[in-house]
Amino acid sequence: MDLAFAVVSWACIMGGLFFMIVGSVGVLRMPDVFTRLHAAGMTDTLGAGLIILGLCFQTVSGIVDGETSYWFVLIRLVLVDAFLTFTSPISTHALARAAIAGGVEPWTKEEAEGA
Amino acid sequence: MLRVFGLGAVLFGFWLLLSGHYTPLLLSFGVASCVLVVYLSARMDVVDHEGVPFHVSARMWVYFPWLMQEIVVANLAVAKIILSPKMDISPGMVVFHGSQQTDLGRVIYANSITLTPGTITTGVEGQEFQIHALTAADLDSKEQDEMDRWCTWVEQG
Repeated sequence: MDLAFAVVSWACIMGGLFFMIVGSVGVLRMPDVFTRLHAAGMTDTLGAGLIILGLCFQTVSGIVDGETSYWFVLIRLVLVDAFLTFTSPISTHALARAAIAGGVEPWTKEEAEGA
Repeated sequence: MLRVFGLGAVLFGFWLLLSGHYTPLLLSFGVASCVLVVYLSARMDVVDHEGVPFHVSARMWVYFPWLMQEIVVANLAVAKIILSPKMDISPGMVVFHGSQQTDLGRVIYANSITLTPGTITTGVEGQEFQIHALTAADLDSKEQDEMDRWCTWVEQG
């Protein structure tokens, strides 16, 4: 049972790391601020989400072993993810609006190819 | 009035979960801080259908699994684009029409759009949602309509 939890937990954490890394690569490769925001959005949805899910499996494994205090850790992990889900789109939206207010013209393929 | 007590109950439940200390002295501090926060919220006039949206909370639980699934699909799509050597993107601004009747419904829809990688809400005016899309050329309008219907269903809760 411990092994099963460990395998699932680490699979989730590695998956989360994968999306974190791909998101970071995307931030470097994308051409402008708006497209970079799309890449950054991956890190705080699936990236952070999968890592937290993996950590949840770690605590569930502890709960199964009789560590009742791990319930609090589990609840806090779920709350962290919930707050992240509610706040991250707002910061993304604020960044995008600030870029528009600052007069940034979205990068388009046509322009890049024409230039 | 129901919202005031509801907010107090939720805040104190939250305090109980996070504190882990259950001696009478600390419990009374918890109650006092919750009462203070509820008092300040009432003074700021934010204890209404937007600040304390209990009416949508039941349907949120139904909507969330669907949104999660959309987020996973969108994440995989964006990951594929980033990892492909050519990086086939066609970014552009698109306008969506939302069918939500309340500001809260519009916020839920706008945030849902931003949460799914590949689309970001850059502005909302009335029923028109201005979106920056990573692949504007092949944006799936059927999927957007489905999300729009979901969000309208949630706001009616």
